[in-house]
Amino acid sequence: MLRVIGKRLALLVPTLFGLSILLFIWVRNLPGGPATALLGERATPEAVERVNELYGFNEPIVVQYFTYMGKLLQGDFGVSINTGRPVLEEFATRFPATLELTTVALIFAIGIGIPLGYVAARRYGSFVDHGSVVLSLLGITVPVFFLAFIFKYFFAIQWPILPPDGRQDPRINATHVTDFYVLDGILTGEYDAAWDAFLHLILPGIALGTIPLAIIVRITRASVLEVQNADYVRTARSKGLLEKTIRNRFILRNAMLPVVTTIGLQLGLLISGAILTETVFAFNGIGRFLRDAIFGLDYPVLQGFIIFIAVLYAFINLIVDLSYSIIDPRVRVQ
Amino acid sequence: MSMTDKLARGSRPIRKRAAVTAGVAIGALLLSGCVQSQREEDTGAGGEDAVDSTFVFAASADPAGLDPAFASDGETFRVSRQMFEGLVGVEPGTADPAPLLAESWETSEDGLSTTFALKEGVTFHDGTEFNAEAVCFNFDRWYNWTGVAQAPNVSYYYNNLFRGFADTPDTAVYESCEVNGDLEATVTLAQPFAGFIPALSLPAFSMQSPTALEEFAADEIGGSAEAPSLSAYAEGNPVGTGPFKFDSWNVGEDLQLSTYEEYWGEQGQIETVIFRIIDDPQARTQALQAGTIDGFDLVAPADIPALEDEGFMIVPRDPFTILYLGINHAVEELADPLVRQAIHHAIDKQALIDQTLPEGTQLATQFIPPVVEGYNEGVTTYEYDPERAMELLEEAGYPDGFEVQFNYPTGVSRPYMPTPEQVFTNITDQLSEVGITATPSPDVWSPDYLDKIQGTEDHGIHLLGWTGDYNDTDNFIGVFFGTESLEFGFDNPELFGSLNEARGMTDRDAQTELYSEINEDIAEFNPAIPLAHPAPSLAFAPRVVSYPASPVNDEVFSQIELSE
Amino acid sequence: MSTTLPPAENPSPAEPALAEGTGTGLWKDAFRRLRRNPQAIAGAVIVGLFLLVAILAPLLAPYGGNDLPGRTEVTPTNIPGPGEIDEFPLGLDRFGGDLLSKLIWGAQASLMIGVISTAMGLAGGMLLGLLAGGFGGWVDSVIMRFVDILLSVPNLLLAVSIAAILGQGPYAVMIAIGVAQVPIFARLLRASMLSQRGSDYVLAAQTLGLSRSAITVSHVLPNSVGPVIVQATLTLATAVIDAAALSFLGLGGGLPQTAEWGRMLTYAQAELSGSPQLAFLPGACIAITALGFTLLGESLRESLDPKTRQK
Repeated sequence: MLRVIGKRLALLVPTLFGLSILLFIWVRNLPGGPATALLGERATPEAVERVNELYGFNEPIVVQYFTYMGKLLQGDFGVSINTGRPVLEEFATRFPATLELTTVALIFAIGIGIPLGYVAARRYGSFVDHGSVVLSLLGITVPVFFLAFIFKYFFAIQWPILPPDGRQDPRINATHVTDFYVLDGILTGEYDAAWDAFLHLILPGIALGTIPLAIIVRITRASVLEVQNADYVRTARSKGLLEKTIRNRFILRNAMLPVVTTIGLQLGLLISGAILTETVFAFNGIGRFLRDAIFGLDYPVLQGFIIFIAVLYAFINLIVDLSYSIIDPRVRVQ
Repeated sequence: MSMTDKLARGSRPIRKRAAVTAGVAIGALLLSGCVQSQREEDTGAGGEDAVDSTFVFAASADPAGLDPAFASDGETFRVSRQMFEGLVGVEPGTADPAPLLAESWETSEDGLSTTFALKEGVTFHDGTEFNAEAVCFNFDRWYNWTGVAQAPNVSYYYNNLFRGFADTPDTAVYESCEVNGDLEATVTLAQPFAGFIPALSLPAFSMQSPTALEEFAADEIGGSAEAPSLSAYAEGNPVGTGPFKFDSWNVGEDLQLSTYEEYWGEQGQIETVIFRIIDDPQARTQALQAGTIDGFDLVAPADIPALEDEGFMIVPRDPFTILYLGINHAVEELADPLVRQAIHHAIDKQALIDQTLPEGTQLATQFIPPVVEGYNEGVTTYEYDPERAMELLEEAGYPDGFEVQFNYPTGVSRPYMPTPEQVFTNITDQLSEVGITATPSPDVWSPDYLDKIQGTEDHGIHLLGWTGDYNDTDNFIGVFFGTESLEFGFDNPELFGSLNEARGMTDRDAQTELYSEINEDIAEFNPAIPLAHPAPSLAFAPRVVSYPASPVNDEVFSQIELSE
Repeated sequence: MSTTLPPAENPSPAEPALAEGTGTGLWKDAFRRLRRNPQAIAGAVIVGLFLLVAILAPLLAPYGGNDLPGRTEVTPTNIPGPGEIDEFPLGLDRFGGDLLSKLIWGAQASLMIGVISTAMGLAGGMLLGLLAGGFGGWVDSVIMRFVDILLSVPNLLLAVSIAAILGQGPYAVMIAIGVAQVPIFARLLRASMLSQRGSDYVLAAQTLGLSRSAITVSHVLPNSVGPVIVQATLTLATAVIDAAALSFLGLGGGLPQTAEWGRMLTYAQAELSGSPQLAFLPGACIAITALGFTLLGESLRESLDPKTRQK
C-alpha cells in the first residue's frame, strides 16, 4: 500500500512541472502585462516603466521562469497583487471557509442523493423515480449562479428567514481559533456564534450542492438498478436471506463503488461552483477570492491556486482509489 | 488550560460535554491553550440608551492597507478617515480646506514656507502626544522613503503632488520641516505649489503616530519583488488621532473600529464601527434590505426608487465628478474641429442623464464641477441639434457620416459612471442618428482599458471621467489637458502654457480668473465632450437620521446621528 | 494512473455489435429504439424547436438582436414590462432592447456557442485521442500526461484562464469553452479505442496483415465514436451553461446588449425585484435547451449501451 502511495506521489512531479510551464506561458500572454495591473487611472508610461524595472518584469523570460520556480520550490507562491499579502497566507485564511461550504454542500448532496437514488431504483417507474429523474435533470441544467441568486432572493430578501451574505454576523463578535466558524463556536462554547455561522452556510451550501446532488442521484439510481438484478443478489434472495441483509451487504455495498468515484470527481465542479456561489453570497472563501483575482489579473494568486488544486485533485483521486479496496475487496490497487 | 477555564466557569453540563467531545475530537490539531473565548463578559453597554451604538457599513473592497500614506483608493481612505486626521480638514459639505489638527496657518510672501499653529491637547491612540515634532516626523518620513516605497503605485499621492524624494532633490517640491516650539511647525517647499494646503486634506497626508510608525516598521515594505507587501504597521497597527481606533481586520470579511476615549473632539453616538466587505453591488443592496448592514455607498440608480419605497434613506452627495466622452485627435476624422462639433451637437446630454445616470446628476458644459474655482457660467455650449450635426458633418466632407471606434470599460462601476455599458449603448444609438457608426471596443477596466486609452493610440472616442480629490482646478483640467497625451492626442502649446502658468500662481483671485478664461478656451477648442457631473449617493437603514455627506467623501462616522 | 473507472461501467460495446452483424446495424437498431423512448422524443422535440427558432431567427424576431428600438422608453428607474407597450409584447430590457426579439436571437447565439465550442473540443480531443490511442507507447504517455494536467484544472477555471488571454473578442468564449472540453474528449476516445484493441475483429485484421494506421482509421475509430457522440450531445448542453457562467463572471465580450441568454441573465439580476421576467425568461430558455440536449444525449447513450439494448 505504501509503495502504491509513493509511486502515485512520484507521478505528481512531472505533472506539476508541466503545469508550472503552462502557467508561466499563460501569465506572459496576458494582455496588458502585469505592470499595468498595478497602476490605476492616469498611470504615465514612465510609471509603468518604473514598475517594470522594480518588479523585474523586464528580465529575460527564462530568468523570470527560474526565479519563479526557485521560489515555488521554497514554498514561496509570491504576493497577491490585489491585497499585498503572501498568496499562501491568503489561501490559508480562506480555505477553511470554502471547505466548510463544500462540506455542507456535499453532506446535502450525499445525504439526499444516495437515499433518493436508492429509493428511485427500488421503486423503478414509480412517482418517486420520475421525480428523482426530473430533479436531477433540473439540477444539471439550471446555471448554478442563477439558482444561488433565486435562493437568495426568495429566502433572504422576500422572506428573510436566512442571512443573505457573509459567513457570520460581525456584531456577534465571535472568537476565531481555527477559522472554521462553526467549529470555533463549538470549541469556545459560543454556541450562538456556531449557530449563526451554520445558518450562513445553508443557502450557499444548498445552491452549491445541487449539481453534485443531481449527479449522485443519477449514479446511485443507475448503479442500484444494475446491481439489484445481478446474479448474486438473486442467489442471496433464493437462499432466503433477510431483505435487510441483502440490501446492506449486497446491493448497497456493490452499488456504492461508482458513487464513491463520482463523489471524488465532484471536486472540480465544486470549485467551479464555489467561484459562482461565493460571489453571489459574498462568502469570503477561495472562490470569491479567485473571482477577484480573475478580474484584477492577480496572476500570482491564479498560478498558486491552479497548482494547489492540481495537488489536491491528485490526492483526492488517490483517496478514492484507496477507498475502493475498503468498499470492495475484489478491487486491489495496483 | 483554556478548556479547564471553560469548565471551571461552570456552564450547563450538557454544554460541557459537547465542548469536551468536540475538543477531544480535533484536539490533536490544535495547540493547547488557544481555544478560548475572547469575548468580553460584560455586554450590558448600550442597554440604557435605546441607541444601538454599533454601525455596520458595507465596503466594496478591503482597504489596500491600513497606512493611508501608501494608499490612493476610496475604500482605504474611507477607513482612514475614521482613524486619522490631517493638519488640514475639509469644510463640511464642500471641497474647501478647513482647519483640523492645525488651527491656523500662514504662508510666506514667496509661497514657499507655511507655518502651522497646532491644536493643543491632542494625543494619538497609543498615548503619544501630537506636537510639532510629530508633524515634522511625518513630513520627513514621506520625503525619505526609499526603494519600493517610492514606486508610483505605492506612494501614489506623494509621488504626484510632491514629485520627488530625498535622493532626487532636484524634482522634489518638499524641502524641510522645522520645529518652532511645541505647537508650531514650519514646512518649507523647494518650489511654489499653489495646491499645497488643499492637498494636505487628503488622507494620504494625515498625521500618524511616530512611535507606532517606528515600532511597527511602517516603511519596511516590498520584501518581495513581485508586488508590494504590507508592513506590520499597515497590516494591523495603525495609530492616528481620530475618533475611532483600530480593533481588528478579518481580511475579506470585516474590519472593526471602536471609540477612542481620549478623543479631543465630539465623540458622537457610535461606539463600534464595522466595515463589512461585500464586493457585489447587488449584494450590498440586498444586505441593506435584509438588515445586515446600516448603509453603503454608490447606490445603483435603478435601486433608488425601490429602496426609498421600503423606507431606506438615500443621501446624495453634491457632484464633484466629471464624465466625459474622450476624443482621440490622432484619428484623422476626429482631428477636424467641425467633426468634433458635430459629435457634440449630436449628443442629447439631458436624455443621456435621464436615461442612464442617477438623480441629482448635473449637465456638464465644462470639465470641472460648478463648485470648483474657475467655473465659467458663460462658457460656449453646443446644444443638442442633430440637424446642425449633420450639416457640420457635410461641411467637414462626411455627408454620409463615418465609422469610428468607441472604447468603453466593462465590469466596473465608478462614482462618475455607475453603468458604463448603458452610457455606451445610449451614446452609440444617439450617434447613429446623425450617421456616425460607432464600432464597440470593450475592455476590462483594469488593466486593459486604461492601458489602451492612456498608453496607446489605438482608440477613437471613449468614456472616462474623474472624481476630484479636493478643491483644485488643476486637479481636473490640469490632469486632462496640461500636457500632450496619448489619451487625447493633440498638441496645443497655448493651452498647455496657460495651464502651467495657472498652476504656479500664488494670487488666488488672479488664478481663478485665469482658470475661468482657460475653461472658455477649452470649450472653444472642444477637445472632448463633457457630458455630466453624476451625483453618487449612499443608502442607509431607517435608523440613520443624518449622515455627513461630503462631495470629496470626507465623512467621519462620529458625526452620524442614529435614532435607535 | 489517476482514476480507474469502476468495472461496472466498463463494457465493451464492440462484441454485441459484431454479434448482430455490421456497425450500421448498431446505429439502425439504436435509432429504432430511440423512437420508442418518450425521453428521447421529448428531447428531440425541444432540440428541434430550438434549432428551428435559432435558424429562423431573422424571420421570427420583430427587431434585430442588438437593436435598441425602445431606448427612449427606458429610464434608470423604469423599465416597461410585458404588455405595457404594444410594439414590445414581452417588454424591454435595461438598454431598451425588445425582450422577445432578444430571446429569439439568443437561441441563435447559444446554438453558435454550443456548436462551435463543441466542434472545437471534439476536433482537438479526437486528434489527441486518436494519436494516443492509435500509436500507444510514449506518444500515448506524453499526450495523456498533458491531458491529465489539463484535467486537473477545474473546467470553469480553465475556461476563465483562456478567456483572460483572449480578452473580450467575440469568439473568446467559444474558444475558451471549446479548449476546456478537449481533455474530456481525448480521454473518452482513447479509453474507447483501447477497449477495442484486443477485440476479435482487430486481431483478425492484424492477421490479415493490415497496417496499424489502416486498422485504426477504418476499424477501431468507427467502432469507438459512440461514446464520443453521446458526450458531444451532452457537451452542447454544458457549453450553453458554461457560456452563461463566463458572462456572469464578466468575461463575455462583445456589445453589452448582445442577445445571448447568459448575458441577458447576468444583466437582469440587478433588476430582479422590478422586472423578474428579464431574468426568468432567459434563465428558463437556458434550462430548457440544456434539458433538451441532455435528454437526447442520455437516451442516445442508453440506446447504444449493449446492456440496456438486450431488453
